Amino acid sequence: MLELKHISYSVHEGDEELGILKDISLTIDDHKLVVFTGPNGGGKTTLAKIIMGLVTPTEGQIIWNGQDITGLGITERARLGISYGFQQPPRFKGLTVRDLLTLASGDSKLSKDKCCQYLTKVGLCANDYLDREVDVSLSGGEVKRIEIASILARNSQLMIFDEPEAGIDLWSFARLTETFEQIHANGSATMIIISHQERIISLADEVIVVGDGAIRHRGSASEILPQILADTLGGCPVLTKEVTAQ
Amino acid sequence: MMDNEIDRELLEKIADMLGKPVGAFNIRKDSGCDGRQSTEHIEITSKTDGKSGIDIRIKDGTVGETCHIPVIITKPGIEEMVYNDFYIGENCNVDIVAGCGIHNCGDQTSRHDGLHTFYVGKNSHVHYTEKHYGEGDGKGGKIMNPQTVVYLEEGASIQMDTTQIRGIDSTKRYTKIVCGKGAEAVITERLLTHGDQVAESDMEIVLDGEDSKGRVISRSVAQDESSQVFYPRMVGNAQCFGHVQCDSIIMGQAKIKSIPAITANCTEAQLVHEAAIGKIAGDQLLKLETLGLTEEEAEDCILKGFLA
Repeated sequence: MLELKHISYSVHEGDEELGILKDISLTIDDHKLVVFTGPNGGGKTTLAKIIMGLVTPTEGQIIWNGQDITGLGITERARLGISYGFQQPPRFKGLTVRDLLTLASGDSKLSKDKCCQYLTKVGLCANDYLDREVDVSLSGGEVKRIEIASILARNSQLMIFDEPEAGIDLWSFARLTETFEQIHANGSATMIIISHQERIISLADEVIVVGDGAIRHRGSASEILPQILADTLGGCPVLTKEVTAQ
Repeated sequence: MMDNEIDRELLEKIADMLGKPVGAFNIRKDSGCDGRQSTEHIEITSKTDGKSGIDIRIKDGTVGETCHIPVIITKPGIEEMVYNDFYIGENCNVDIVAGCGIHNCGDQTSRHDGLHTFYVGKNSHVHYTEKHYGEGDGKGGKIMNPQTVVYLEEGASIQMDTTQIRGIDSTKRYTKIVCGKGAEAVITERLLTHGDQVAESDMEIVLDGEDSKGRVISRSVAQDESSQVFYPRMVGNAQCFGHVQCDSIIMGQAKIKSIPAITANCTEAQLVHEAAIGKIAGDQLLKLETLGLTEEEAEDCILKGFLA
């Protein structure tokens, strides 16, 4: 179980203190699929990074399986079963897709069959990709799918995905949502997915809307989706006014 | 031959040798010959012009054979200049494994300077591997200055993989390849310096023949207070394609200078160069840490991959 207690994060801009996250508390039970959604710049990614240890909160506590991990580094949290799929994954000259999956799995003898399974789940063929370097020769969508495959290979207890759909084509996206559904159905991991996609939001046990550094709404997908759609499709003030000729 | 642990370890490091190699070989140890074998197709003989070194003659049509010519220096104070000439016939496909390892536990400098000259016949392909490595806790310097000059005849090609593994205090490399019609040269250079080591690599690829191709992929890591200078030059004298790519990772207080140059002497020459120097990106370290590696393990992993 993951518990966030009174998490705040602020930065200094000149003499001014800017609050990025403001006193967020929440609990996520094991094997749940939770989606963080909300407007850009609202604090979703910062909140997810705080869980992984990529950002240190100004205040508050993070409790993972009963252990206070607030003071632990990224590596220690990873070893305690937390993983994080980056929105914009880095590229590595010289590291192949196979190297990355092997590192992620922690199994130095990871078989080609296993690699193939992970890559197939994100719509990539192992024969085409295993020996390719994760460098600029790969497109943004390819690197993103390899990033997600590395999280699948990691097979950790808590998987965090930051906008996994970004940059991915429609066909791969469908395959990806199936994969999330399968992990959820198997009950093999807790998932936190930052997403704006209706298809992913509808998979969630709970949707948490983060805006202006706070939790704005939380509830089931069926409760939250209509609110999101209403906010999103609020209408265009120009189009909704009657335009008359002068 | 390979009569002690130091010899065995050096030969494994620089030439992947685990015992007596298959095929032709010449092992040079402390300026002497520590073992030699010619084969039906590959003949190795000592130079007869008074210079130190060997001639390697490979018959036309030799395919799938390997020739190992490692050099090891295990005694401090040895300084040598060696000339090895390779005469490769037509329609060959051979692997040549060179390399030099220095073990220096003394206070005197050990130095190996070598000039390898390749004459590669029509439609032959050569895969040339050269690894350099130094070890030993003496104060004596470990110096290597390799020069490689290659002449490729029509349709010939060379894949040249050079690696400076570590432990070389000073190196000044010079490589020149002249490509004839339809010839192709591919050079991959990997170089690591640390401590206060210095390395200089000067390359010149001359694309003389029509439809010749040249490609240089240089990757280096400079750690601590070491310094490196790269000067890869590609010259297009005909319809040709050349690409120079230099990437370096800089760490600590190191210094790197990279000066790629392309020169076109023909309107049909297409030449490209790219050069980049930078430290290990923070997001690369963070990504590997999220996979459970410590910062040090992540750094090692990135460097190992980069120099692989």
